[in-house]
Amino acid sequence: MPSLGADMDEGTLLEWQVNPGETVRRGDIVATVDTSKAAIDIEVFEDGVIDDIVVPAGSQVPVGAVLAHITPSEPAAPESQQPEEPRAEVVGRHLEATKEKQPKQREPKEEKPRQKRPKQKAAAVSEEVTAPRARSRMVRVEAERLGIDLATVHGSGPRGLITREDVRQAALHGRRVRSSPYARRRASELGIDLGLVAGSGPGGAVRAADLAQAPHPAPPPAEAPASAEAEIRSPARVETRSAEERSARQLAMRQAIAALMARSKREIPHYYLSTTIDLAAATSWLRARNVGKSPSEQVTAAALLFKAAALACREVPDVNGFWLEDHFVKSDAVHLGIAISLRGGGLLAPAIHDADTLAAAELMGRLRDLVSRARTGRLRSAETRDPTITVTNLGERGVESVLGVIYPPQVALVGFGKVVERPWAVDGMLAVRPVVTATLAADHRASDGHRGGLYLETIDRLLQTPEEL
Amino acid sequence: MNPDQARTALAEALYAIAPDVEFDDLDPDEGLRRQADLDSLDFLSFVEELAQRSGAQLTADDYPALDSVTGALNLLTTRTHAVS
Repeated sequence: MPSLGADMDEGTLLEWQVNPGETVRRGDIVATVDTSKAAIDIEVFEDGVIDDIVVPAGSQVPVGAVLAHITPSEPAAPESQQPEEPRAEVVGRHLEATKEKQPKQREPKEEKPRQKRPKQKAAAVSEEVTAPRARSRMVRVEAERLGIDLATVHGSGPRGLITREDVRQAALHGRRVRSSPYARRRASELGIDLGLVAGSGPGGAVRAADLAQAPHPAPPPAEAPASAEAEIRSPARVETRSAEERSARQLAMRQAIAALMARSKREIPHYYLSTTIDLAAATSWLRARNVGKSPSEQVTAAALLFKAAALACREVPDVNGFWLEDHFVKSDAVHLGIAISLRGGGLLAPAIHDADTLAAAELMGRLRDLVSRARTGRLRSAETRDPTITVTNLGERGVESVLGVIYPPQVALVGFGKVVERPWAVDGMLAVRPVVTATLAADHRASDGHRGGLYLETIDRLLQTPEEL
Repeated sequence: MNPDQARTALAEALYAIAPDVEFDDLDPDEGLRRQADLDSLDFLSFVEELAQRSGAQLTADDYPALDSVTGALNLLTTRTHAVS
């Protein structure tokens, strides 16, 4: 295992790019290694034939560990100190690493290492990987709950740490699925069961590339784990991630959205309604309320719109709930899903629980908290699991109207456009009023246009008395 | 707050909300919201950050001025006392 940076003391072998028996040439990429910061391609230092692979993909080993043996194709390099032994070991000093696409850092000429006891080294290496640690209490609790012996679980986290996902995968299979951590992460993000994936790596290990052939994952809402307090990982923690991880996460998120939206359009007979709502009362109430308030105390129009959307669900419950097993299951609680776009792409729609019961200022606080946590990847799984209806406020992006795609198994999606000033007839006179276009995309299996129309009308009515929201 | 301090506060406040935006690439006279792709919640958070970092009292009346780099810098330098 080459040292790929001063702060690196171990690395995880993500994938072997070569198999035993393959001929390699100096400069060929033979493996990919994950440090805590990035996935890095490892180049081989000399020509030869891969003899055997010592460290399997998915293992974490200390810097300096023997990864594989190479039989040089030519007896000797120009240097006089070239060892006589026919086998060269692929260890740190025999390898060069290229970090991302940066220019190669060629190490100065140096002695070939003479590792006298490769077997023992390898043994030490395997000890390292079979003694994983689980420091997190959450992980231990999860393991206990699922009846998993942590000693049998392969840790995919940093320094071999066992993650909750590892425990879940172990519970799923009763054994460890051979796979690269990278593949496990991707599988976890995509909701793919690694046990169902045919591995093409050494020893049948699942590589990230194999996931493309994986069985279609269940969509996120049905898939969400049962424990309420678990923090889910979202692609939003961008700044702490490498470019590669980031793009992998974005790809994973894109694929999750693709699967869910395709399912929605395949299964849900959408109908669409639209109405324009006079916001004069709401905006003047907001202006009066916000005057002199610090930014942290201010309430935006979005909070009022969302509150009205939540409250209207009480009067027209036909749009609030789930379509499950061929019938509509009404929800008594209104957990308002908020469509939140992530910087750098992608979308989440976590819930504000019991939004119909919150005062506007409180809803505003929850909204800000939710948006900020969504964007920093600190949502709780309960929030992502159980929205009963979703709103999207694309008006923030300047559009006047948005006709949404319903998140299965929900049955409606409410859209608000931009608040714009328009000529408006009031009491037979023409006035200029701030107005917003509210839309409803609803599941025709669960409700009809009449009820949907009533829902939008209710939102309109509620917004005319903002002080009561 | 001198212009340099104001500029630092502004850049840091923006970074806290939109870490993907290169502050130096912004057109100082164009809309900050549009350039940095801030929605109304982002903008509120941005103003909040700015108030904290600069010590300036900022209210809704200041929002139009805060929507450009030039406007925000002017506001910060006139609104705050020089900090040693």
